[in-house]
Amino acid sequence: MALLEVKDLHVRVEEREILHGLTLTVNKGEVHAIMGPNGSGKSTLSHVIAGKPGYQVTDGEILFKGEDLLAMAPDERAAKGVFLAFQYPVEIPGVATMTFLRTALNAQRKARGESELSTPDFLKKVREVAARLSIPQDMLRRGVNVGFSGGEKKRNEVLQMALFEPSLCILDEMDSGLDIDALRVAADGVNALRSPERAMVVITHYQRLLDYIVPDVVHVMSKGRVVKSGGKDLALELEASGYAQFEDAAA
Amino acid sequence: MNVALKTSQPGPAPDRLFAVARDRLPGAGPVAQARARAFEAFAQQGLPNRRIEQWKYTDLRAKLGEVAPLAPPPGDTALAGAAAAVKKLAASSGALTFVLVDGVYAASLSANATTVPGVRVRSLREFLDDPAEAARAEVLTSGAGEAMESLNAAMATDGLVIEVAAGAALTSAIRLVHVATRSAASAFTRSVVTVGRGAQATVVEQFVAAPGAAGYQSHDALVVRLAEDARLQHVRLMEEALDAANISHAYFTLDARARLNSFNLTRGAGLSRYQGVVTLAGEGGELATNGVNLLGGQRHGDTTLLVDHQAPGCVSREAFRSVLDQQGHSVFQGRIVVRPGAQQTDGKMMTRALLLSDEAEIDNKPELEIFADDVSCGHGATAGALDQTLLFYLMARGLPEVDAQAMLIEAFVGEAIETIADDAWREVAFDAARRWLSARD
Repeated sequence: MALLEVKDLHVRVEEREILHGLTLTVNKGEVHAIMGPNGSGKSTLSHVIAGKPGYQVTDGEILFKGEDLLAMAPDERAAKGVFLAFQYPVEIPGVATMTFLRTALNAQRKARGESELSTPDFLKKVREVAARLSIPQDMLRRGVNVGFSGGEKKRNEVLQMALFEPSLCILDEMDSGLDIDALRVAADGVNALRSPERAMVVITHYQRLLDYIVPDVVHVMSKGRVVKSGGKDLALELEASGYAQFEDAAA
Repeated sequence: MNVALKTSQPGPAPDRLFAVARDRLPGAGPVAQARARAFEAFAQQGLPNRRIEQWKYTDLRAKLGEVAPLAPPPGDTALAGAAAAVKKLAASSGALTFVLVDGVYAASLSANATTVPGVRVRSLREFLDDPAEAARAEVLTSGAGEAMESLNAAMATDGLVIEVAAGAALTSAIRLVHVATRSAASAFTRSVVTVGRGAQATVVEQFVAAPGAAGYQSHDALVVRLAEDARLQHVRLMEEALDAANISHAYFTLDARARLNSFNLTRGAGLSRYQGVVTLAGEGGELATNGVNLLGGQRHGDTTLLVDHQAPGCVSREAFRSVLDQQGHSVFQGRIVVRPGAQQTDGKMMTRALLLSDEAEIDNKPELEIFADDVSCGHGATAGALDQTLLFYLMARGLPEVDAQAMLIEAFVGEAIETIADDAWREVAFDAARRWLSARD
């Protein structure tokens, strides 16, 4: 069984249809890249998979481990193993990062019928992961993402990914706003999480990120559909020739 | 809850209220005369209504209907109920606890303060009945003749008189617990705190109900004086029964360089008014007064504060947060007055409301009255709903919607609760807020 199956997905925002019958299959262990010009619907796809409100699915379905993902609330999806790394991680003043991480992790474990992690076990785990990602301890004591740089916010997303151990990671424009050094740190963190049991969907506008996170499959999206799929070389091809050729294909 | 109060058996007419209670009220001579004058002031004005500017949003004539008769003195059953209620309360360890049951000091439930150096605690009754106390009538005349405050002065049956000696640095908090065991009856309490020159103290007030208490009224006043260089942390946690009414007054006067940090949490009572007046009477005083109103159902909570800068070089900060669910209604009236000559005043006030329902209501009324020309004063007010983007982020990380909301609300009120300097009492205040978050009543 595929980990994620998106079948003929039609999505509206208010009166406008953004996705016009998108189909995508991701198996565990695979890393998929979704590329496409601005406005092609890449971020909409990631939001609909994670359950963000404001999108209306008019047709099609999304199955995750064979279950109807669209019937689940966002928190249920998270507990089942869906993780969206946000393009713009939000700042939450007044909620210490450590408290947030622990509450979220234990909420997911509780939803799965697992016991809560003890404080020492939790702290040990966070410290390990934070050290790997060069995240200083004082960052964990601050409000969630409050006063973090762009790179720190993305590393905090990767930290959560490592902590929650999801089976599907969707990285929405992880490279936006990052300089090359920050990008490398974040990408190394992601690569360390590649596993035969886990799949990743890397959404990006630019080929650059794919030099660091090398995909197994590349999809090109245009105007709300996947218009071409291929191996990692497809990304290089796009870099050379641009998206224009696909605009026609989708029309 | 308005209905519950109005349909309780008809109380005595205003004049009768005092006449029936009179022989139970402590203090003879000048004290009795002060009471009679105070009652006269109340009787002339009657319950405040919306035509009085300060009571525009909290019309007591409509919402309270009438003042419930004085509760009978607590018997053994009441004392046992109160003891159980006090035991259930979280408190920081080592606090010196004094309990008032239905407005009467309960020595059997209270600490023995005679053994603690630097502090003297007496009941108000003992103080008013002591002819050697030349100033005993003064504690009944600290208000400005406003109706509800006058009623309190006339009717106050008991309370505590706390004197912290000059230079004393108390390590234990002094804690006043008001327990209601009564139904459809009133308690009138009045307490006095004086913090001597250079002394430091923490005073905590808690208002709670024993099981079974319903539709009662609490009328309280607190009169505080901080001498030069004194420091006081004041924490007030009002968790009355949800069909009760709490009408409270607090007067703080700060002499030169005194520092007051005062925090109020309104989580109980169907109808409440907390009216504070802080007078910065000496140069270089510092005030932080912060509060949180948590109101669901059809509850109405009013916090009205006046900060009076009479002396130069004083600093005042007010941070007020309200969280409203269902048809909860919060009122915040904050006025900063800067008198002529109170130069270099630095006064700031910020009030923010979070509305969790379309039917919730907030009235924010910040006011500045400045009669000096070299000052820095400001105020701000906001009202809004929970941020949906933040809510989605937390849910996408696995928090169920209710828990995600609770986390954001706790962060919102945390901005005010965090100002409590004492770690243990800050946690007690957070716990009270969390209790509301899990019930949203």
